[in-house]
Amino acid sequence: MANVDLDCQGLSCPVPIVRISRAMKELASGDTLTVTASDPSFQADIEAWVRKMGHQLESFADTDGVQTAVLRHA
Amino acid sequence: MSFSPPTASDLEALVAAAVEQRVGGAVADLERAVADLKTQLENLRKDCPEDRATIVAFSGDMDRLFAAFTIASGAAAMGMEVSIFFTFWGLAALRVRTTYSGKSLGQKMAAVMLPSGPAHVPTSRMNMAGMGPAFFKMLMKQKNVQSLPEMLEMVRELGVRLVACEMSMGVMGVSREELLPDIDFGGVATYLGDAARSKITLFI
Repeated sequence: MANVDLDCQGLSCPVPIVRISRAMKELASGDTLTVTASDPSFQADIEAWVRKMGHQLESFADTDGVQTAVLRHA
Repeated sequence: MSFSPPTASDLEALVAAAVEQRVGGAVADLERAVADLKTQLENLRKDCPEDRATIVAFSGDMDRLFAAFTIASGAAAMGMEVSIFFTFWGLAALRVRTTYSGKSLGQKMAAVMLPSGPAHVPTSRMNMAGMGPAFFKMLMKQKNVQSLPEMLEMVRELGVRLVACEMSMGVMGVSREELLPDIDFGGVATYLGDAARSKITLFI
């Protein structure tokens, strides 16, 4: 099971979700995608995105405005 | 006449006959009921909305088109099939060139009124004779928000279906050659065909 990092810092809605969607398509079941982002709507958006797509949000952390989400491919 | 005990196959046949007599009709009824339910389910599935979003881009204003493209790209990123129908002023978003030859006077006037592409559209408020869009663009750049032409490029890359309304093209005097090359053309039924299958439909 692989992990891929995706830097979405400085990108504004809807670009992070679009990039995540593209990156996730390249992954296989069980792989993880670690996303860093600064968009203020990122947490709400990523939660809605995984719910809709059926993937899992393994963890979410916000350290000094840098948000890190680990997504696991279903 | 001698009595011979029934064989296993005789017994099986007797049991099968008895079962058929008692439940045969019921099985046939059940089979009919299941077939009927299957047909009903198929019909329901046909009426069910798909994972699809349909947007009418009526406005040619930068901010409204921006909202349309943001929702379209977000929906595509969430795995939905997305169509945008461009009608009247919305056609400006698809325009790549302006031609005047072969147009009536009215159509020539409309050709002047309709902005010549997504980089040249006004804002719905505070347009200030064209200063508003420049101000908006500056703010968007500061906030690292994509420009309208970049948003259009992104929705195209995401496979969003772009449809130009032929009827409003006729009214506005816009020819196919003036619009992006790889888009679809259609009428109200094209829109309704997609909208009827959609979970989300918006008029912007």
